[in-house]
Amino acid sequence: MKAAKFKYIRPSSLDEAINLLSDFGEEARILAGGQSLLPTLNMRLSQPKVLIDINRLDELQGISHEGKHIRIGALTRHVDIAESDLITENIPLISEAIEYVAHVAVRNRGTFGGSVALADPAAEMPACTLALQGTLVVEGPNGRRQIRADDFFHDLYETARAPEEILVEVQLPIRRSGESFAFMELSRRKGDYAMAGLACKATFQDNRFLSVRLVYFGTELKPTLGENVMSQLEGREWSETLAEKVIASLEDDLDPVDNLQGSAAMKLHLQKVLTKRTLAEVVQRLGNV
Amino acid sequence: MAYDFLDIKLIVNGEQVSARVPARMHLVDFLRMELELTGSHLGCEHGICGACSVRVDGVVVRGCLVLAAQCDGSDVLTIEGLSESKEVVDLQNTFVERNAMQCGFCTPGMLMTAAELLAKNDKMARNEIREFMSGNFCRCTGYHAIIDAIEITMEARREEERS
Ligand SMILES: Cc1cc2nc3c(=O)[nH]c(=O)nc-3n(C[C@H](O)[C@H](O)[C@H](O)COP(=O)(O)OP(=O)(O)OC[C@H]3O[C@@H](n4cnc5c(N)ncnc54)[C@H](O)[C@@H]3O)c2cc1C
Ligand code: FES
Ligand code: FES
Repeated sequence: MKAAKFKYIRPSSLDEAINLLSDFGEEARILAGGQSLLPTLNMRLSQPKVLIDINRLDELQGISHEGKHIRIGALTRHVDIAESDLITENIPLISEAIEYVAHVAVRNRGTFGGSVALADPAAEMPACTLALQGTLVVEGPNGRRQIRADDFFHDLYETARAPEEILVEVQLPIRRSGESFAFMELSRRKGDYAMAGLACKATFQDNRFLSVRLVYFGTELKPTLGENVMSQLEGREWSETLAEKVIASLEDDLDPVDNLQGSAAMKLHLQKVLTKRTLAEVVQRLGNV
Repeated sequence: MAYDFLDIKLIVNGEQVSARVPARMHLVDFLRMELELTGSHLGCEHGICGACSVRVDGVVVRGCLVLAAQCDGSDVLTIEGLSESKEVVDLQNTFVERNAMQCGFCTPGMLMTAAELLAKNDKMARNEIREFMSGNFCRCTGYHAIIDAIEITMEARREEERS
């Protein structure tokens, strides 16, 4: 189908983009990579009056090393994330997970900021941002503010970003010694959205879990922390018995939604299987660093 | 401030083009309806099938998910330009030899995507080729012949380099 009529504008600075967004209010949408927005417009699932194209704003570009974190400009394309040495060396969880995001032509245009701002419940980058306890930087008419990933994802496609704010960058902490990461996902075809998936960051001391972050995606309405599982693991050493115990408690953390990708019962089962595999993997990887 | 129509200048298959386009017109409608370049196809118009694949500023994109207005100042290459440049003439010949198309609807998109894979000049295993091509649908061939053609071309190019 064809999109309904809209107007188009391409601001030449971030300030201008913010002004436009507050002038037009609810009628406007930011156009980043367009790889989620344009499909919804073409299918007429949404009919904004104005698109504000931010693709040429240099302020939103680039990946850089800043103190204890890596800054990822909102307009960084998926392909640039995948090819970045800074990311591979410093945030291995992201470079592992980005391989699961979409297909080549979509990766050449889709952006990191667009993915996180949209907060699709089956998307990989929001889940990793939450697992890594990243910080999201947004800017609106009242200036810049930082939002912790823990406070950002509210509900289905709902985030702490106000409608008149633009996501400017995401800051992700650089890996430290004693940390281990793993990422797993099941989808029907490589590059499709996940049926079930899991991002994990674990810190160890003397072979025991010191702290664990497990973020589930694809099954809930938003990327979701497995808090019961996390607290069961802390202070313990990995074993088969522990695996069985934590998997049972996953039922208290998740409440999967039925959809075309599968039934709630199947998804819960898949997440249990992935939990076991992912935890075994982080433990094994720790031994290999 | 915000516009219903935009004046754009871009390069299409090596030629300068200027036009006035509606804001909502996507790149493939512009190519097909304004420039009569009908090699780029529209299957789904929402990013799923890859029939609309074209090269913009050096990389393959979904032509149905880029607005013509966004391509102001860009360098666009369609299957017509790719064929003329002979960049993938070997792949095109192998497509014929291996019977890698039946109705041909997906073929321009397959070639545009495979061109990017071949340009990387990496050695890829068959399953990696499959993964790279996973965003392009074919309703006829069952994919094997397409992957065969790409694999054979890739191997032949490497062979040529070695000799
Ligand atoms: C066939 C196909 C398969 C895909 N598979 C996957 C997949 O497996 N995993 C996955 O994660 N994604 C997948 N995607 C989606 C893709 O990753 C998108 O690129 C991404 O979801 C959105 O990024 P974008 O830059 O394209 O944003 P856009 O489509 O431009 O925008 C998406 C939304 O976010 C808003 N927005 C964008 N940037 C900002 C910003 N800086 N500040 C405020 N608001 C902003 C827009 O207004 C819009 O509402 C797929 C897409 C397609 C077409
Ligand atoms: S027509 Fe563009 S992906 Fe199907
Ligand atoms: S040959 Fe008919 S769709 Fe591929």
